[in-house]
Amino acid sequence: MAYNTKVGSLDAYEKGSIELADDLRKYAFSNIYEVAGKSAPFERVAVVQNLEYVAETVRIEGDSPWYAAPHDEFALVMDGEVTFRFVKLADDQVPGHEGGAVRLGGVPNGPNMGRVTARRGHQVLLPKGAAYQMSAAKPAVAIVQTRDGPETVKRWSEICTLA
Amino acid sequence: MDAITTRIAATGTDPDTGYTSYRLGGFEFTRDEYFAHVSWPKGSHIIEIDRFLRAMVRDIGWGFFYGWIFFDDIFGTTNHYGTVDLFAGAYDAGYKAKGLDHLETFPAEVVKEAFETISQNWINEGYDPLRAPLETGSPLGPKTVERTDELVRGFAAASRMLGLEGEPPVRSDATGHPINRAFADLEFDRPEIECEPGFEGQLHAINLFDHIARADVTWNPSFTAVTGASICCVTSEEHMLPVIHGNDRNEWFVQLTDEIHWQIADKNSGQPRGTIVMKAGNVCAMPADIRHQGFSPKRSMLMVLENGTPGLEKRYASGELKPYPVDFG
Repeated sequence: MAYNTKVGSLDAYEKGSIELADDLRKYAFSNIYEVAGKSAPFERVAVVQNLEYVAETVRIEGDSPWYAAPHDEFALVMDGEVTFRFVKLADDQVPGHEGGAVRLGGVPNGPNMGRVTARRGHQVLLPKGAAYQMSAAKPAVAIVQTRDGPETVKRWSEICTLA
Repeated sequence: MDAITTRIAATGTDPDTGYTSYRLGGFEFTRDEYFAHVSWPKGSHIIEIDRFLRAMVRDIGWGFFYGWIFFDDIFGTTNHYGTVDLFAGAYDAGYKAKGLDHLETFPAEVVKEAFETISQNWINEGYDPLRAPLETGSPLGPKTVERTDELVRGFAAASRMLGLEGEPPVRSDATGHPINRAFADLEFDRPEIECEPGFEGQLHAINLFDHIARADVTWNPSFTAVTGASICCVTSEEHMLPVIHGNDRNEWFVQLTDEIHWQIADKNSGQPRGTIVMKAGNVCAMPADIRHQGFSPKRSMLMVLENGTPGLEKRYASGELKPYPVDFG
């Protein structure tokens, strides 16, 4: 038997359903393609919140600002092709805030570490001690595993199915 | 309550089926050709053997996982991270009302040894409860030949990220994991990593979908990426989750491909609350006051985000933390 694996994309996705005799806010049911489709480029919209940890849906279109975090982050590309560029930060350049990505004012000073080009299904390490920039020629989508931080955007009431 | 340290004991072998029966504390375990029978001082229960063995080997492999593992609505385990409850009817309104419920607490290693002993004796060659039903033989019938390979496998726990030096490898042909038949229609390529001289090994990326597509187990997660105590687990899901999971904390599901239907019930009473159908791209929290069971008509890819902060279960149990993750303001 031949199988047909269903994946989603910005242009084509099905949203699923939630039918519960319960307060639907408790389940925060959303869809990353819908969230990315309604987001501005590089808004990092929380779709997962586990106390201080989040996963952010990011619409990647053009070149992002440069980001850095005081811990490892991970990006899983879910649509399109994304190039991640990395610059090594000196110890005193590594952000000292509690967690999450912070936007840097410009291209950080430091040696170029290289780049990773990733497509749907590829998971990329955004290592502590490095700044990174995300770029995509066409709109792309990624989920970033990180901590709740200054760049995390929360609009749960808008993105979740509540009725 | 003090944990019972008495270890599992064999109580006899059925001359017809060839399977051995066991006692652990007040619980007795027997199997016949079709069913596992669990009895305790105030009652007994029967579970279809495939369901029982699929649940038991996963419970071992998961290290009893987070919180409650219901083999079915009646029998299961609760993880207290050092000790484990074995219960029957303790979270069923009818059993509770009739006083037929039973619960005993053991050191985790005692339950692990017991489950391994039972599984080893009750699983025959040709049947692999970690595989999808279409990919393995039948567990039914009398005892034939015990399996000699590993009963429990597939739980590769990365401490930072899969595939980094010193971490578990990403699955590949070389590791003996071909692409599963259900994902043969996908194309898998590798991310391109271009490191500048001096930074070799510091940039890293994997094809996570390829890793999942090569899993030879179902409903059995592997840790792929860890941010602090935030753990990214991925797993291939086909047929049905052979346990009902009751959370001791909030967890999150991200459906990466295809779809899973989740049946949701109240954790303490088992009272149904409804159904969630997650399709590719859907994200959903599993609150800490429910039990859930998944059904995946086609093999699918699921990401689970767990918070592994030690002691979290006590903070939820005490009411310090709400049993749901998002504050809508």
